This record gives sequence, structure tokens and C-alpha cells, in this order.
Amino acid sequence: MSNTASILIPKIVRVIPRNRNIEAMLLIFAIGLNAFELAQIQLSVLEVLTIDLFTYWLPPAIISFAIHMILRRRASEADPMILPIAVVLNGLGLAMIYRLDLAAIANGSTELFAFKQVIWTIVAMAVAAAVIIYVPSHLFLRRYVYVSMAIGIALLLAPNLPVIGRSINGARLWVGIGPLTFQPGELAKIALTVFFAGYLVTRRESLALTGRKVLGLRIPRARELGPILVIWAASLLVLILQRDLGTSLLYFGLFIVLVYVATGRAIYVVVGLAMFLTGALVASRFMGYVSGRIDAWLNPFTPENYEAVGGSYQLAQGIFGLAHGNLLGTGLGGGIPQLVPLAESDFIIASLGEELGLIGMFAILALYLLFVARGLRIGFNHPDDFSKLLATGLAFVVALQCFIVIGGVTRVVPLTGLTTPLLAAGGSSLIANWIIVGLLLRISDSIGGGDKSTNHEVSR
Amino acid sequence: MNRELKRVSLVIFVMFLSLFVATTTIQIVAADSLSQDPNNVRSAYDSYKTQRGAILVDGQPIAESEKSDDVYQYLRVYKNQMYSAVTGFFSLYQGSTGIESAMGSYLTGKNSSQFFEQISALLSGNPVQGASVELTIDPFVQKAAWDALGKMKGAVVALDPTTGNILAFVSKPAIDANLLAVHSGVQSNDNYAAMLADENGPLLNRAANELYAPGSVFKVIMATAALESGQYTKDSVFPNPPKFQLPGTNVFVQNSGEGKCGGKPTVSIADALRFSCNVPMAQLGIALGQDRIRQQAELFGFGKKVKYPMTSTASVYPENMDDAQVGLSAFGQYDVRSNPLQMAMVSAAIANQGVLMTPNLVENVLSSNLSVLAQPKPSIFSQPMSKETAQAVKEMMIGAVSRGVSGNARVKDVEVAGKTGTAQNGKGEPYTLWFTGFAPANNPQVAVAVVIADGGGQGQGGVGNSLAAPVARKVIEAVLRK
Repeated sequence: MSNTASILIPKIVRVIPRNRNIEAMLLIFAIGLNAFELAQIQLSVLEVLTIDLFTYWLPPAIISFAIHMILRRRASEADPMILPIAVVLNGLGLAMIYRLDLAAIANGSTELFAFKQVIWTIVAMAVAAAVIIYVPSHLFLRRYVYVSMAIGIALLLAPNLPVIGRSINGARLWVGIGPLTFQPGELAKIALTVFFAGYLVTRRESLALTGRKVLGLRIPRARELGPILVIWAASLLVLILQRDLGTSLLYFGLFIVLVYVATGRAIYVVVGLAMFLTGALVASRFMGYVSGRIDAWLNPFTPENYEAVGGSYQLAQGIFGLAHGNLLGTGLGGGIPQLVPLAESDFIIASLGEELGLIGMFAILALYLLFVARGLRIGFNHPDDFSKLLATGLAFVVALQCFIVIGGVTRVVPLTGLTTPLLAAGGSSLIANWIIVGLLLRISDSIGGGDKSTNHEVSR
Repeated sequence: MNRELKRVSLVIFVMFLSLFVATTTIQIVAADSLSQDPNNVRSAYDSYKTQRGAILVDGQPIAESEKSDDVYQYLRVYKNQMYSAVTGFFSLYQGSTGIESAMGSYLTGKNSSQFFEQISALLSGNPVQGASVELTIDPFVQKAAWDALGKMKGAVVALDPTTGNILAFVSKPAIDANLLAVHSGVQSNDNYAAMLADENGPLLNRAANELYAPGSVFKVIMATAALESGQYTKDSVFPNPPKFQLPGTNVFVQNSGEGKCGGKPTVSIADALRFSCNVPMAQLGIALGQDRIRQQAELFGFGKKVKYPMTSTASVYPENMDDAQVGLSAFGQYDVRSNPLQMAMVSAAIANQGVLMTPNLVENVLSSNLSVLAQPKPSIFSQPMSKETAQAVKEMMIGAVSRGVSGNARVKDVEVAGKTGTAQNGKGEPYTLWFTGFAPANNPQVAVAVVIADGGGQGQGGVGNSLAAPVARKVIEAVLRK
């Protein structure tokens, strides 16, 4: 009798994985949407449906369902929206890259991206699955805080190493071995988030409570300011060595926000932002490319900027593309996004805005916002401080990156060389963002007190 | 920590809000002004996305859009330079002119008459195809005019006087419109700059948009005005001194070549036209007065822009002249200015018994499924004179060709009515040479005007009869298939 009961109870828990059922429904919708996008592109550009549709549709569809099945077994309480949103964005990006390939083929170009992107999508999703399977609990990452720091710094500095370091379009953000290039900074942002979260959990008390009071403000002691100065210096080093304002701002912004969340002291934000702006301003004085970028940002349509080498041509073309899209867009395959340089990577959001219109842009932004909101929600609800900081950091890094990239294309901020998460062509970015997806899923599964999945295993 | 998290959420929300606002600004608020930015090629590209209709002459395309393998999908191709004054050009970078511009909405399929095609295109997803425009040009006559002008700068316009249909419309030197239609902006801009810099003025439309002193061809209008005033007939006479002093000046008017204009004490209006005498015309002008003459000139179209369907430059009969200036303007000097289209209209009105038909280049417009979208009907522009006056002026013009100084326009077995002109452009400047007329005189099938600029390369050596009249003869022969 008691024997059957002990079998029944976990069964009941397993039978109603409500989150997973929601996820399954959303996933079917997401995968269907991706098929629809590819079909529309083929019908619009090629006027027939070809077998290629399955090349770009089936692998992500199958693997994302595999991830769903893994979640059912291993993390049944994980957030139900994160995976479908990632699948929609990844699929939309892939569809646009395929659409740009068709335009490139029509123009006789052999530089194609879609096939590479689908391979990278497979790899990145597999990595996310591996994260869910092999990171039994995200808490285990806490053991590797300083290893993460070392990895993060190594990845950050890798592009500046001789032989393997590569400069593309003026920014030194890549490492290359033969024809393969990789943007290690994308992975560095995860390693650094783990490090920041782990470091701040242990130091938050001293950061929050120490310091003398001056005029009602508690001024932190020099000891506590030390790490901030180190990160600040590192960010400026990135700016100077790798010539990219966006990457530099991303790391520093991430750190400042996590310090604020950990300590609750706004003074760190104020001081941090002041330091960063001062550093950036000084750097822009001495570095032509920064002031050039700012000039192009403020006046992209003046001939001297528009016609300058490395000037505002790309930015202006991207804006023309967005304007061409208007409210409803030209329809997938109906516009001319290929007129914008790097339409498949840095400017993929302009390509999508042209063909999907303002409505599509709002939908994409809403998807990102929802993704970020789910991440913040995990941080909000998680009982454990490290998990809170890690989830918040991962969500914020996606939000900030979206803001810097999409804001760069839409002239909210100066244009920089970051990638649009999950949409843009590029393997490093896909892998990094799918790792974030995997980690958020893993953390969210453990919200309801302790590690349920482990509990299941034990009870069985 | 959750208090801080809420604030961070708020910051993230504001960040995204700024993105929402920025995209709305670009895609909606500023979209129109951005689409008009000269650096924005998307609008131009849009106009290339539909296959632009062809421009046809006698069923054969003289301009058509052929598949190209670049982003613009179609390249505009022009078949023959002799049509460049008619087609104009259609360029991504220089805009469009000629029929390409005047009939642009039909050619791109955007005309409101193609509304149902546009709807079905929207539903089927296939872009609407541009309509083709068939012209009234007779290729045989066009070629005759083109060849007859040879290397001379000038223009020819030939009209069917009963319908106003334009049979030939040539301006020389011409351009190769393909040089501007190229999709490379650098090439197109370079070619355009070279055309602009060319001192021979290949971009000028001399047939309808350049103005020249008409010289003696204006005497046809003077004769019409005289007869229409009711005070004169073609046999009315004026004193015939060798020189005539313009009132209030020390300037003397002479007949060309110091001719005696018949050598009698008096000369009739008919003989004045036949021998092209300036002295009696100056007297006639002063006697009629400028208002009377201007009224007549405006009935012929002076002072008006003619839509054919391109827009001509209005010919000029000056205002507020003193008697001396009226005297000079009476034989097409002073500030009188005209173009071949206008002078062809003058001849056409006389040929058509005093009824002037509106000049027109468009035979019909056919949609891609060959339904007729537009077919301009002949329309009356004005009635500048009575039937009787037309008959009388015609007889005078017949005299000018058969027994007068315009003899080089004679065609074997055909009675030609016409008038030459040799306009002076100031001391040492080359003459402007003219002919206008029609044939056959009793059953007119063509009215023609020829202008030759810069003295036809002969400075002050050539006259209207030596250079312009033979061109008109070739055109008349071509129309009559002689």
C-alpha cells in the first residue's frame, strides 16, 4: 500500500508539467511561424517552393523540440516562454539571412550565409541542450567564479593576441584560425556575468554598508571602489584596443547594474556612468574613429559624413530601408534590404524593419522585451542571491545589447559593432545567446525552492 | 534586491521605449521625407521593379525595358538616336524627360486608368506591368528629317494638319539616351556632365523648347493678320522705296540682299511675301499695330505652352514696343522668338482651312493585356483665321515657293506652299535659317517647319532657301512617298 503511494506521488508531479504544455503549444506556433516566413520568402523571390525550405526549417524545428523533450525530463518547471521566443527570433533571423542569400545569388555573389547560419543554429541549440543536461544546477557555476573571471578576461583579450587576432571593419573583436572566425567577446559576456554574480554575492555586504557618510551620501571606501576601477579600466582598454564602443559599454553597463542590484546603492551607478562617459569622451578626443562615429550618428545625411570612408553611408542606407518599410513593410522578399552593407549581420534589424514594417519591428522589440522580462522575473522570484544576480545579469546583457545595436541602427545611440541577439548572422553570437537561453531555463527550473528535478530523481 | 530589480526593469523598459519611439519616427513620421532624400535609391528602384512599358513607333519599340541581372531588374534601352528628342531619357540619376516623363504614369503602370490592373496585381502578387505608348511618328518621315539635317544643328517638326498628329520630331545634335539610362551612377553622372558641357547642346530640344528669331517666316503671320483685320487683301499695296526709315530713329530697313522687291513704286502684300521684302512688311506692321499682330500670333499659339503631351516653350511676341520695334518685329526680328513646333502649327492652320489642330504625339496607350487605355482624339486648338483668309494666304505661300525666293522647297508634280526665313542674330553672328510650309497645297497631308541654328555651319553664308528649304522638301517627299 505504502509502496504504491510512494510511486503515485511523483507520478502526479510528472503528469502535470503545466509549463511544458504551454511551451509545447508556443513552440508549435513558433516553428509554424518559421515555416511560414521561409515559404513566403520562397514564393516572393523564387515564385516556387523548393526543398531548401526544409534545409532551413527542419533542423532548428527538430532540435528545439528535442530541447523541449529534454526540459520535460530534466527541468520540467523551467520557464515556458524563453525557448519559444528564442526559436522565433532565431528562425526569423535565419529566414532573413536566407532571403538576403537569394538576393545575393541573383546578383551573382557567392558570399552566402544562410547555410552556415543553419549549421551554427544546430550547434548553438545543441550547446543549449548540453547546458541543460550537464549543468545539473546552475549553483554549480558558483564554484567556478574565479575560473569564469580568468576565462572571461582571456576571451576578452584574445582578439588582441598576435597571429589569431583579427580586425574586421576597424573593430578588433575577432579571433581567426584559417577561414574560421570567432567573436570571443560574445562568450566573454557570459563568463563575466557568472564572475560578477559570484563576486558580488560574496562582497555585497561590504560594498553596501561600508564607507563614510558625506552630506548624507555614503561614499564607498577605496577598497570597495577598487574592483569598479579595475572593470572601468578594462572597459576602456577594450575601447582602445578593440576599437569598439559598444562592447566596452556592454561590459561596463552590465557590471554597474549588477553592482546596483547587489548593493542597492545608486551612488555606484552615478559614479560608474560618470567615469565611463568621461573615459569615452576623452577617448573620443584622441581616437578619430570614436568622434567619427559620433559625427555620423548626429548628421548621417550630410555629404561629408555620407561620402566619407567608414562614414554614415551604412547608417543612412539602413534608415532609408526602415523608412521604405513604413507601417506594414514590403513583405518578406518584397524589399531591397541587400542595399545596406552587412544587411545580414549588423543591420539585420534594418532588413527586417524594411520587409516587416513598423508592425514587425514592434513585434520583434516586444519579443525581446518579453524575453528579458522572463529573465528578470526569474531573478525576481528566485530565493537564492547568486541565482538572482545571474539571471538578472543574463537578462540585462541581452537587453543592453539589443538597445545598443537596435539603438545604433535607429540613431538612438552611436552605431557600434555588436550583434543583434539570436537574429544576426554569426556563430559566436548564436552560441553565446543559446547558452544564455539554456542557463535561464536551468535557473528558472529551480525557483520553487531547491532543485526539483533533483528531488524527482531522489524520490524515484 | 527586488526593489533594485524593479528599478532596473524600469530602466530596461525606458530603453526599449526609446527604440519604439525611434523606429516609429523613422518608419512613419520621417518616412516620406526620407524617401525623397537624393541618396535614397529605393524610390527609383521601386519604379524599376515593374517592367516599364515600351514606347512604340509603327508597332516597333524605340524604347523598351529589357531584363537586366542587377538589383534594378530592368534596363531601359533606346534603339535609335533619331528619336531622342521624342523619347527623352529615363535615368535613375538624372530623372526623366520627353515622353518618358510626360507619359510616365502610364509607362510605370501607375496611371489611375490602370486601377483595376493594380488591384488584380495586388491580389495576385504579380507586379502591375507598365502600359506601352504608341506614337504618331511616321518612322519613314522621321528618318528623312533626321538624314536631311545631316550635321547641321537644328530641328524639324512635321504635322498632319487635319489631325495635329506629329509625323516627325527631330532635334540635332541628339543624345544617346542609353548613356544616361545605365545603372551605374558614376557612369550616368559622368555622361550627363559631358552632355551638359558639350557646346553643341545635345540635351536641347530645339524642336519645341528652344526659341529662335523667326525672321521672314513671321511674315506669314503678318499676312494673316493683315487679311483678318479686314482692312487689306493680298493685293493691297504699300510704297516700295529701297530703304525705309523707322519712325523716331536713324535706322533704315532694307530688303534682304538690297533687293528692289519687284522694282515698282508700290508692292502688294502677296509680292512682299513672295520676294520676302522687309520694307513693305515694316510699313504693314506699323499700320496694323502691335495689338492686332499679337492677337493674331496668340491665336496661332504664341505666348502659350503647348502640351503635345510634352510641354513646349511659349513663343514670344514682345509687349510694349514703339513703332520702330513694331516695324522690326514685323519681319521676325527684334525680340520675336519662336520654335519649329509653333511655326509648323502656323502652316498647319493655313493648310487646314484656318482651323488649328492641337499637336499630338500619342496615337494610343495599350495596357499589357492590349486593351486601349487612352486614345487621344484630334482636338481643335483654335481658329486663327477664316477659311477665306486661309485660302488667300495659301495662294501667297504657293507663290513664294513656285515663283518666289523659297524655290528650293519645290517638289516634282506637287504644289508646295511655304515660306523661308533668314534671321539675323546681331553683328557677325551666324544666321538662323527657317522654312515653314505644307503640301500638297490643295490636299494638305503635311505641315512642316525647319529651323537650322548657327547658320547651318556657314555663318552668314547660308540662307533659309539654301539650307532649310531642301530639308523641308525631303520631309514632304517622305510623307508623300515620292
